[in-house]
Amino acid sequence: MIRILAALAILCTGSVQAEIKIKTLISPGGIAAWVVEEPSIPFTALEIMFSGGAALDPADKRGAAYLMTGLLEEGSGDMDAQAFAAAQEALAASFGFNVYDDTLTISVRFLTENRAETLALLKNVLTQPRFDLEAIERVRKQVLSILASDAQDPDSVAGATWSQLAFGEHSYGKPREGTEASIVALTREDIIAAHQRLFVRDALSVSAVGDISAVDLGPMLDDLLGDLPAGKGLKTTAVDFAIEGGLTIVDMPTPQSVALFGHAGIDRDHPDFFAAYILNTILGGRGVESRLSEEVREKRGLTYGVSTFLVGKEEANMLMGQVASANDRIGEVIAVIRHEWIKMARDGVTEAELTDAQTYLTGAYPLRFDGNAKIANILVGMQRQGLSTSYINTRNDRINAVTLNKINRLATELLKPEALHFVVVGQPKGLNEE
Amino acid sequence: MLIRFFTVLGLCLPLQALAQAKVSEFMLDNGMQVVVVEDHRAPVVVHMVWYKVGAADEAPGKSGIAHFLEHLMFKKTKNLASGELSDTVAANGGSDNAFTNQDYTGYYQRVAADRLELMMRMEADRMTGLQLSVDDIATERDVVIEERNQRTESSPGALFNEQRQAAMYMNHNYGVPVIGWMHEMENLNFDDAVAFYKLHYAPNNAILVVAGDVTPGQVKTLSEQYYGVIPANPKVQPRLRTQEPPHRSERRMTYYDERVAQPYVSRSYLAPERDSGDQKTAAALVYLAEILGGSGATSVLGKALQFDTQQAIYTSAYYGGTSLDDTTFGLIAVPVPDVTLQQVEDAMDDAIAKFMATGIDLQIFKRIKVQMRASEIYAMDNVVGIANRYGAALTQGLTIADVQDWPRILQAVTTDEVMTAARLVFNQKASVTGWLMGMQEDLK
Repeated sequence: MIRILAALAILCTGSVQAEIKIKTLISPGGIAAWVVEEPSIPFTALEIMFSGGAALDPADKRGAAYLMTGLLEEGSGDMDAQAFAAAQEALAASFGFNVYDDTLTISVRFLTENRAETLALLKNVLTQPRFDLEAIERVRKQVLSILASDAQDPDSVAGATWSQLAFGEHSYGKPREGTEASIVALTREDIIAAHQRLFVRDALSVSAVGDISAVDLGPMLDDLLGDLPAGKGLKTTAVDFAIEGGLTIVDMPTPQSVALFGHAGIDRDHPDFFAAYILNTILGGRGVESRLSEEVREKRGLTYGVSTFLVGKEEANMLMGQVASANDRIGEVIAVIRHEWIKMARDGVTEAELTDAQTYLTGAYPLRFDGNAKIANILVGMQRQGLSTSYINTRNDRINAVTLNKINRLATELLKPEALHFVVVGQPKGLNEE
Repeated sequence: MLIRFFTVLGLCLPLQALAQAKVSEFMLDNGMQVVVVEDHRAPVVVHMVWYKVGAADEAPGKSGIAHFLEHLMFKKTKNLASGELSDTVAANGGSDNAFTNQDYTGYYQRVAADRLELMMRMEADRMTGLQLSVDDIATERDVVIEERNQRTESSPGALFNEQRQAAMYMNHNYGVPVIGWMHEMENLNFDDAVAFYKLHYAPNNAILVVAGDVTPGQVKTLSEQYYGVIPANPKVQPRLRTQEPPHRSERRMTYYDERVAQPYVSRSYLAPERDSGDQKTAAALVYLAEILGGSGATSVLGKALQFDTQQAIYTSAYYGGTSLDDTTFGLIAVPVPDVTLQQVEDAMDDAIAKFMATGIDLQIFKRIKVQMRASEIYAMDNVVGIANRYGAALTQGLTIADVQDWPRILQAVTTDEVMTAARLVFNQKASVTGWLMGMQEDLK
């Protein structure tokens, strides 16, 4: 029996009402999924997310999950890489396999008429990957090439330096792609182990949006995912956020310095999360309308782009930002950003800024739901965060419930000018490490 | 077993009708063309104005002015304060931006469908009402210089591409980068911006594309009210650009940059673009790019260089068919560490020569055709993408009929046509071969 519950989410913002009719189902085999039946175009976007990602790599095997993910399209069952690609092309289906620190995602798109064949092909990937030695060597070379390029790319170097400073020996401290040493040392057994570690049934979230019914989806999910081993999925170990206030410079021969900056952030489940979300929007989250962009770009012409963002990892939260400016101007940029950080921590935001940000965020929310793949992606993320389907209805109320008092109290708690650390990659003039 | 599997699948794909979005068009009295793409799944609309002017229309010495003006269009106008347009879009929950290419400049907002009128009022206002100040120029010029620093100066691959384009086009402005050469950007001034604006920004040089939860009737009423009242500018001229002479000598270049970690070879050939009423050769070249380099595992270059000899980490072929003037067809080969650029280039040429001698694998050809048909179905999920197709086509010399014929033309391509197009485009004399290398890679 398939249990299907229908929930009607009406996004009401005063300007836009979008109806997203989400059905929740438990398949006969016990797999939970959310479905939006949208039959107007004859295809379906299916999104599968496994909790547990590259951060589960053993300390000396960093990159195992990434290499494994890169090998998923390189042969399974009785097909080698080329046969698999040919089969996929004949079906005009697409598979996107991605691994992040805390999750592994599979984004599938298939035509209605090829539904069964596409899912049969995907099932092979999930349950019978070949990990042929020849394929491993081929993809290993691709990863090494990516690592070599990243080592010369200012943005990648800034990110890697930041992670190392912030998380040290924890998996978060090294790139999920691994290091040259760890990638060279990975064996086929390591890759199989990564596959077994991540592809477990109870770590799943699933959503499907498009030309598919909840009634049809249940048995299909049982076929596709029912043979995966049971198991909850592992959690990465706790980590201390180690970075302190200061400045780190990485010398690279480039005319423009890039900077990554930030400090500790706030948990998604914290009662003040929405206040923090709005605060970040005003500070640097909202494109050219943000305070930092106004000061650094619009008034002074110091950069093409400056932005801030909240990072929520399983075991760490950060408030971060990025900017790029000519080597002889990055010092001024950093001074302006520090000044704005102090100002907002001390004085908070104005009533007008809060209202503008609330109007913007609540108005922009329904615009995210435009397209089957985008909706499927949002729904799977909501499931992983433990949200209910009704969250879509209440999310804007939570944004609007944030008062000036609340956000300004939060500003003094969240923004820590003395904890702000900058990683600068380039050849900045007039800056010294702190 | 596998062969039979594919054959069965190939035959049972019905896909009888080609998917097609619901599109209407009309012309305002002042010469502004309007396209409406309907998608009523969500109460959202995309409002875009595309101008038939791009970087390739710049005067000598003024490179970057089209893109610089795009930035300045967000400054003060007759009825809006500097930045007010974007602030208003955001206050209404929408997002907005702009883009510049060699052939067009576009502005768009994505917003709730019931805010369309507000968007039109503001966009129409800045079509002829921009009121630049000298202060705007100095600050925003710094911003675009930082943009060049970020996108180009900081990226050896981008610098390499810039040099290759300059070598490809001997006489056409496509050889000049959209963002501009740094030494010319630094001298762009108030008068340059105003002159470019006055000459090119007018309803008779613009195309309005509205896509989403609207009806053609609504768009007609609103566009007549806001855009229809702007007088046509008689000074707008047809675009007459200097064209390429016959190419008589292949060009080879090496760009060294110590920041390069992964060297590679790039080869590009001058190629015909999609022309109105004459898109068959371009359609054949789309197939040629797919056959040669579309998929790492099954394409001609992928199979030969990534699988058979394993000399390459990555290979690709590309063709950008939508262009006002002659475009390029390109090949890329990225060698594995112990293979030199000369070796990987030779391997690439061998694979192409073998392909020219033996022709097209019919199974691959069939699969590509199926994928192209399917891509029309997938494309309907993205109304912005469809709006972009029309905006780009109409500013690059094509008509609405050309856009709507294109999927059918793609489905009608034969293997013979692909081979004919391949013989046309693989003219070594009209090619540029570039090697991108780190300093220490020399003569490895």
